[in-house]
Amino acid sequence: MKAIRPVLKRIPKLPSVKTQAIKISDNAIKKTQLTTRFFREIGEFYLFGWLTFRATFSRSFEFKEFLRQCFQVGNKTLPLISLTGLVIGLVLTIQSRPILADFGATSMLPGMVAVSIIREMGPVVTALICCGKIGSGMGAELGSMKVSEQIDAMEVSSTNPMRYLVVPRVLAATLMIPVLVLYADALGILGSWVGANIKGDVTFALFFTQAFRSIGFSDFLPAVIKTFFFGAAIGFVGCYKGFTAGRGTESVGKAANQSVVLASVFVILIDLIAVQITDMLY
Amino acid sequence: MDMEQQLNINGHAGAAVSNTEAIIEVKNLQKGFDKVPVLRDLSLQLFENENLVVLGKSGSGKSVLIKCMVRLLIADSGSIHIFGKNVQEMNERELAEVRVKIGFLFQSGALYDSMTIKENLEFPLIRIKKHLSRKEIDEKIEEALHNVGLSDTINKMPSQLSGGMRKRASLARTIVVDPMIMLYDEPTTGLDPVTSDEISILINNVKKTYNTSSIIITHDIECARATGDRVIMLDKGEVYMEGSIEEFEQSTDALIQSFFKIRQPSSTKAQTHHG
Repeated sequence: MKAIRPVLKRIPKLPSVKTQAIKISDNAIKKTQLTTRFFREIGEFYLFGWLTFRATFSRSFEFKEFLRQCFQVGNKTLPLISLTGLVIGLVLTIQSRPILADFGATSMLPGMVAVSIIREMGPVVTALICCGKIGSGMGAELGSMKVSEQIDAMEVSSTNPMRYLVVPRVLAATLMIPVLVLYADALGILGSWVGANIKGDVTFALFFTQAFRSIGFSDFLPAVIKTFFFGAAIGFVGCYKGFTAGRGTESVGKAANQSVVLASVFVILIDLIAVQITDMLY
Repeated sequence: MDMEQQLNINGHAGAAVSNTEAIIEVKNLQKGFDKVPVLRDLSLQLFENENLVVLGKSGSGKSVLIKCMVRLLIADSGSIHIFGKNVQEMNERELAEVRVKIGFLFQSGALYDSMTIKENLEFPLIRIKKHLSRKEIDEKIEEALHNVGLSDTINKMPSQLSGGMRKRASLARTIVVDPMIMLYDEPTTGLDPVTSDEISILINNVKKTYNTSSIIITHDIECARATGDRVIMLDKGEVYMEGSIEEFEQSTDALIQSFFKIRQPSSTKAQTHHG
């Protein structure tokens, strides 16, 4: 018996049936709560979308606030977008040049870079930067307004906060992000010309002629159309997260953070869908 | 405890209850969050030109009550009639019409950070009183700021003001649209005793100047003493006692005593002044 005891001690005790049952029920409750929260979030998201849509087409439009938001979205993002656009073109050219040189196709460089910038790099990179700059800004601003009861104050003074706060922001993002993308595209091609001149010698006129010769209507139009959806998604997600922020100051940071993450996911998903549709059509 | 006090505790006898028709009538109001009840079967009335103070400990449902009144929160059951119409059953247009008649002073002041004090006051004014000319708007803003003693802050940002000044600016934004009912959510919270007294004086001035009826949510006894015509005490989401401030002070009930005996009563009620 003495010899068996140490062996018995080493065998782990099996948890009692009661403990096991409690663990299982706890897990079940947690998962049910998570599922409920997920579906509630989806419901709230659709409801917010419907209210925004309804407020967009209501009679009184806050034009002054819309212009202010256009300025905020457009002007304040301009330096960042300028730098990014220029660097994208520069880097793409520097990276692609040796590979094209291997195939003796350096003359195709302007066209290749222009197509990749206009079709994909320009819109997606600009949109992702706007997610960080505009989406988080909207999330934090509306979140702090929610926390400090400013949205409630607006509501009790018979002003529809959806009409005053959400609609101008969503519309401003929807209209200004395509403009920013076009601007980034132009600077990207300029950056590409600079990149091409680092190890070569090509005139501005020749580079641009070659670049625009490769770009067709089918490259340009779908890329521009999808940027409107990017803008709408960024504006909408930023406002939604700000509007549904919790009560504490911590929730302002969370709203800003979640705005960036969710808007970025939306941008990537919209891009995927847009690419599939473009592929089917052309 | 005498008979009258017995009646007032858990009852609705009320010493200062007017015979006029109630402009706000709350009946059997219930509201909970995540299955935790906050308001349980609460009933009260607000009469014309009276200041009704709602006292209670933190978490007793005071703020929830006035948020239900303007439908910032939707009650689970019961009814809230304002000017004879049930707020719970109003459509958006009717609700907007009623909200125009109600001024709500938030606990935090809730001034719009991105606007100057003038723009803060202009914001509700140009949306509610659309017929006013530019000159009339400016005059009303100046008058409201003058009434709260903040004429020189017209072009300042809210961040440049102290806590008490922000409360007063917020009060100016509320009164600039000439409300008929004022709802004050803890107007003196976070302020020093001197500034608290100033706010209490302003509450009395607003009642006099603008002829308003008010519900003042507070747990500040001095503010209740200075402003209240009638007092209701909430406990666990129910009306615990209703009566005049004197009845509360004379009460021998342990809960009331714990509230009222902490601070000695001030010798005089806050004096009203104009401007």
